[in-house]
Amino acid sequence: MLSIQGIVKQYANHRALNNVSLEIPAGSIFGLLGPNGAGKTSLIRIINQITAPDSGEIFFKGEKLNPSHISKIGYLPEERGLYKKMEIGEQMLYLAQLKGLSKSDANRKIKFWFEKMEMQSWWKKKLEDLSKGMQQKVQFVATIVHDPELIILDEPFSGFDPVNAEIITNEILELNKKGSTIIFSTHRMESVEQLCDRIALIHKSEKILEGRLQDIKNSYRNNTFKLSYSGKIECIETKLFTVIDHSPLSNENIRHLILKISDQFSTNDVLQYLLPQVHIHELSEIIPSIHDIFIQKVKN
Amino acid sequence: MKKTLLIIKREYFSRVKKKSFLILTFLVPLLIIGMYALIIALAIKGGDKAVNVEVIDQSKLFEGKLKNSKSINFKTSKLSLAAAKQQVITDEETFVLYIPEHIKSNDKMEMLSQKKAGIGVINDIENQTNEIMRIQLLKDAGINSQTLDSIKPNLTITTKEITIDGEKDSSSVAAMGVGFAAAILIYMSLMIYGSQVMRGIIEEKTNRIIEVVISSVRPFQLMMGKIIGIGLVGLTQFLLWIILSLSLTAIATNVLLKDKFETIKSEMPGAQKSNIGQNPAVNSPAITAISALQTVPFNSIIPLFLMYFLGGYLLYSALFAAVGSAVDSDTETQQFMFPITLPLLFTYIMSFSYIINNPDSTLSIWLSIIPFTSPIAMMVRLPFGVPDWQLAVSILSLIAGFFLTTWVASRIYRIGILMYGKKASFKELIKWFSYKE
Repeated sequence: MLSIQGIVKQYANHRALNNVSLEIPAGSIFGLLGPNGAGKTSLIRIINQITAPDSGEIFFKGEKLNPSHISKIGYLPEERGLYKKMEIGEQMLYLAQLKGLSKSDANRKIKFWFEKMEMQSWWKKKLEDLSKGMQQKVQFVATIVHDPELIILDEPFSGFDPVNAEIITNEILELNKKGSTIIFSTHRMESVEQLCDRIALIHKSEKILEGRLQDIKNSYRNNTFKLSYSGKIECIETKLFTVIDHSPLSNENIRHLILKISDQFSTNDVLQYLLPQVHIHELSEIIPSIHDIFIQKVKN
Repeated sequence: MKKTLLIIKREYFSRVKKKSFLILTFLVPLLIIGMYALIIALAIKGGDKAVNVEVIDQSKLFEGKLKNSKSINFKTSKLSLAAAKQQVITDEETFVLYIPEHIKSNDKMEMLSQKKAGIGVINDIENQTNEIMRIQLLKDAGINSQTLDSIKPNLTITTKEITIDGEKDSSSVAAMGVGFAAAILIYMSLMIYGSQVMRGIIEEKTNRIIEVVISSVRPFQLMMGKIIGIGLVGLTQFLLWIILSLSLTAIATNVLLKDKFETIKSEMPGAQKSNIGQNPAVNSPAITAISALQTVPFNSIIPLFLMYFLGGYLLYSALFAAVGSAVDSDTETQQFMFPITLPLLFTYIMSFSYIINNPDSTLSIWLSIIPFTSPIAMMVRLPFGVPDWQLAVSILSLIAGFFLTTWVASRIYRIGILMYGKKASFKELIKWFSYKE
């Protein structure tokens, strides 16, 4: 869908993007991650053709990115904003027409979305008369009303209560199912785990990680397991594993042990060793969260 | 292009539909007409109430010769000066004119009253007494009264402009007035509409709508859309004002002048018999003003006014747009506004102190050609007549000027609108300007 090749963006005294390349496959939900000031917004602005890169190229479905692609992209900026004094309906019509829809198409599609999101009664209201959450909803609809093939969402959940966040999550998944590719930039790692199938991590203007979410998580597995048991382990010092953490006895007589299995052994070896000694409730692998990977990568 | 049109439409209609626009558009011409009508009405009616003047004429020179007018009723008094003074003290409505016995041409008369007599009253009495005295002195010198009656010169100057097209009447007072008015109007509208552009851009920037919009259109389209949209609001307002003012003035002038000419006609025979100069109504300032205004070439001034408004507006609003893009709030605009408004203010002051008195001097000509000053300077010069070649050079350089400022402004604008929370300096602006695409 989008192929980003060697993008460099230089500002007067700092380089916002240094030779960044990304592949965003069609139909994916792509998480664009990175700490504040890493260069995410610069990259998003370049994709939206708000600014131009100093070097590098972007291909949209194989074509070099050009102004005709603007109508195929929907962009929800992190800094939200609409005209405060303008009526919602009029405002939506204006923005949709700026994206290239005809007035009648725009009208039809806005009505459809307003009905779907239960916003019909807002049409004649001014933006400043709505609550912040409602404004965010309006802005979300403004982003997707022209059926974009590529949707770029920068922190889409900020300002939403859990109920509305759920509604928006479902809309995002539904849009994705219908074929839209989604670039999703956020600091909320749990939504990344929930939604994204691919991610890229940008840090200090460079891409330091890119791939399928599952592959990345797998590559960060390090044979760490969590064991829940009752009873007493006679000899906890063994060459089979090293203990990382051992909880004290809990009310239910269950203790938790975090252990790292040594390279030449497997879970079976560990179980064989422990079964005669204690009653085992659970043994599960600890797969690192995106949160942990993010922090680990950025701190190094 | 389609998108620019959409932006223009939004900018235009969101302003024209506002109540304040309608109020301003219809109230201003009504105020102008109201003032105009008031001035004419006052000129026709004169003072509100006649003053009674008791005349103690010890010289006997003026007895029966002072003519009552709308504002003065003369009454010969037999009282002594002391008694008259007493009367003045007891009655505040009493005015006593005391003329000493052997009055000569440079002597002083006295007006005694509790309230100060109006300047109009004093002038009228002075004119009448001087005239009577002059006639008396001429008679004393042996010139008979019939000769005197037949000699009544009335010289006035009418100014005529002579061009290849022929000659036409003109009036420099009216020209000055129209030039002033046009210059003030241009100055004010450049400031008002220019800062509207600036505030619109600051609003878009602080509301963060800018990023949504320029992910759909190019920054240049947005900037031009806003400038053109607001410019059209200005033109709409002016056109409505012109149409309203012209039609209302036409009605007002017709009604008032018709009355006026009838009174003049009916007073004519009396005026000819009168010894004391002309009938004051003929010299009425209202008539002079109206007939002088009719000599001002509005047919060419109005289109040129609109043209210079548009040119000056495009030139300055681009600069205002650049300022708007560079700041985050109205309060930060000061340091950038100063160099922009300086040439406007300079020309504005020069117009009143210099150009109006020397419309054809070298400095005036330059000021009316340099695009940053020409919209105001040319307005002042126009009613005095400006050679075609100067007009052409001035308009061409104005067009070149706004292309230049628009180009400079758009380069600053495209970077500025995306810079949040950064205090911009002139150095910064130059840096933004030189960023490549």
